[in-house]
Amino acid sequence: MTHAHIETTQTQTPPPADVRVSRLDDYISVVGASEVAELRAFAERLRHRSVQMVNSTAVGGGVAEMLNRIVPLMEELELAIRWDVITGGDDFFAITKAFHNALHGATYDLPDDSFATFLRYNQQNRTRLNFDSEFTVIHDPQPAALIEARPSGRSHWIWRCHIDLSHPNQRVWQFLAPLVSRYDAAIFSSPSFARQLPVPQYLFYPSIDPLADKNRELEPTFITEVLSRFQIDQHRPILTQISRFDRLKDPIGVLRAYQIVKRYFDCQLVLAGGGAADDPEGEQVLAEVREAIGKDNDVHILDLPPWSHLEINALQRGSTIVIQKSLREGFGLTVTEALWKKKPVVASAVGGIPTQVIHKHTGLLAHSIEGTAYQLRFLLSNPAIAQKLAEQGHDHVRENFLITGNVRRYLTLFLHFLRN
Amino acid sequence: MTTIINAPVCAKAPFHFATASYLVRIGNQVACDLLELQQGIADCSDASIFHHTFQSLGRHHFLTEGFSNDFAQWVLASCNRPALAEQLASLDIRDYVSLADLRGDLGRLLRDYCQANPREAQQTGFEPFYFAESLEEEAPLGIEAWTLAEFYEALKHLPHGSMQFHFVTSRLRLHLRTNDFSVWISRELGLRDLARRIDQIDVYTNTLDSACIKITRLIESELHR
Repeated sequence: MTHAHIETTQTQTPPPADVRVSRLDDYISVVGASEVAELRAFAERLRHRSVQMVNSTAVGGGVAEMLNRIVPLMEELELAIRWDVITGGDDFFAITKAFHNALHGATYDLPDDSFATFLRYNQQNRTRLNFDSEFTVIHDPQPAALIEARPSGRSHWIWRCHIDLSHPNQRVWQFLAPLVSRYDAAIFSSPSFARQLPVPQYLFYPSIDPLADKNRELEPTFITEVLSRFQIDQHRPILTQISRFDRLKDPIGVLRAYQIVKRYFDCQLVLAGGGAADDPEGEQVLAEVREAIGKDNDVHILDLPPWSHLEINALQRGSTIVIQKSLREGFGLTVTEALWKKKPVVASAVGGIPTQVIHKHTGLLAHSIEGTAYQLRFLLSNPAIAQKLAEQGHDHVRENFLITGNVRRYLTLFLHFLRN
Repeated sequence: MTTIINAPVCAKAPFHFATASYLVRIGNQVACDLLELQQGIADCSDASIFHHTFQSLGRHHFLTEGFSNDFAQWVLASCNRPALAEQLASLDIRDYVSLADLRGDLGRLLRDYCQANPREAQQTGFEPFYFAESLEEEAPLGIEAWTLAEFYEALKHLPHGSMQFHFVTSRLRLHLRTNDFSVWISRELGLRDLARRIDQIDVYTNTLDSACIKITRLIESELHR
């Protein structure tokens, strides 16, 4: 026996970002011509209506990635949409980073005057940007205080919160809540993320782009090449968890489940993700996982750089079963990605996962290491059932978690405002 | 290739194809056990009952077995009460023309179970149940049919939202145990038997796609008679 295969592929310079802009008709091959025609039907009453999206960064992060794809699609639907990005100094972004962590439940140690600094930068952006659109969508807490710039008249202001507010730090939330309460509506990614607010709250699921590098169809030869590159045997079952090396993703729990399964099946485990190179905790978690593996060359740890979309895609497509054994989770878009690729999924019943993995319909849920191992064994023993779950999972994503569905939800919300 | 040989009967009023999209509004009600679910069903809005039953079927239309409504799914997956889940799932939304009646039956099943099993009724589920509402926005597709042949052609390119709107949720709008397609085919074309056979298609054991294919096949047969 040799030691586990540990691959680090971090390089200094990232390759160019995946910047291809998809046209609406490109999605016909995925969702069908009638669904695209339906989007056009909904957009008809919104033609030339002005929409403004505002967030805090043009590149990097899930929100920018999503806006980079949604804005061109809405433009093509003839909405007069524009996307503005707020600016701020390092002190502003240090505060908003602390806000972000605090809203996820961490402590907030910055002094009281940080709130004034936050408001001052929002005031600067209010002066710099125009707010004359009929629909203004403000993304996340960073620009939340732009609501002060709301003009009188018939504009509609919506706060889109992409983060989990289920257990927010009260000091930060008590500061933000009065601002959020001045919007016409708030949007959350899960009912469990919502707060008691005096404004209507709507549910918009996060979505994936089926045409992005991370999700698009791949040539089988490319999948084989990637598996070979990482010394993964394509002829034996491959169990994979894609996630950064973080305790909340429970990589040790995944390993323990694999070790139970290994008694019954000659399988391999792939733990692929990032976060070990630039995160001290990630490095520590990786070391713990490495120690727990001992001597097992069927465990592959792949510490990949953040631009490895095609490799992640290939690993998911090459897997027999995809695992997401998180202890806590936001929505869990890696689950969405796996389901989209028609992979059977075994996942923990936490966060947004049960919305995606409907137990015994679109995958299997588990609540423990032993439960995870049992469900993996069950699927390996019953490939026909695994395939059926995977196909239904794919349909579930197509109906509910694709970017076209996200566009549709925005159109529906705008129409709802117009009608009321 | 279908050859349409029947002489067309022209309707006095065309069938206007429309579609609908649904906005999900998050409610402030949450249930952590079966007693709270019973109370929530009694207190929630009609839009919430609609969301967790009629709309749930639409969101999961691709599942052809075992999934009926959100309440049944939660009772099974989070509370692990398969017998009660089965009873809740056995309520067929096609039998209801009013949400009040549906709410009444859901509440009755839960009340009976909670009274018979008071300990289980208070056991906390794995995940809470969050009540939500569906708000409907309708849009015309700009397609109309005056004859059965035109109707048949349009049906072949219908999006899921339109099938759900005309074939499933129409029952509530019409306050009748039928659907938009059957009403028009019967009233405007006088084809009562075809209308009845279309209405018999089971939305629980078909996907929206397979239901649509069955309707087109029934119409094909009619066109060839």
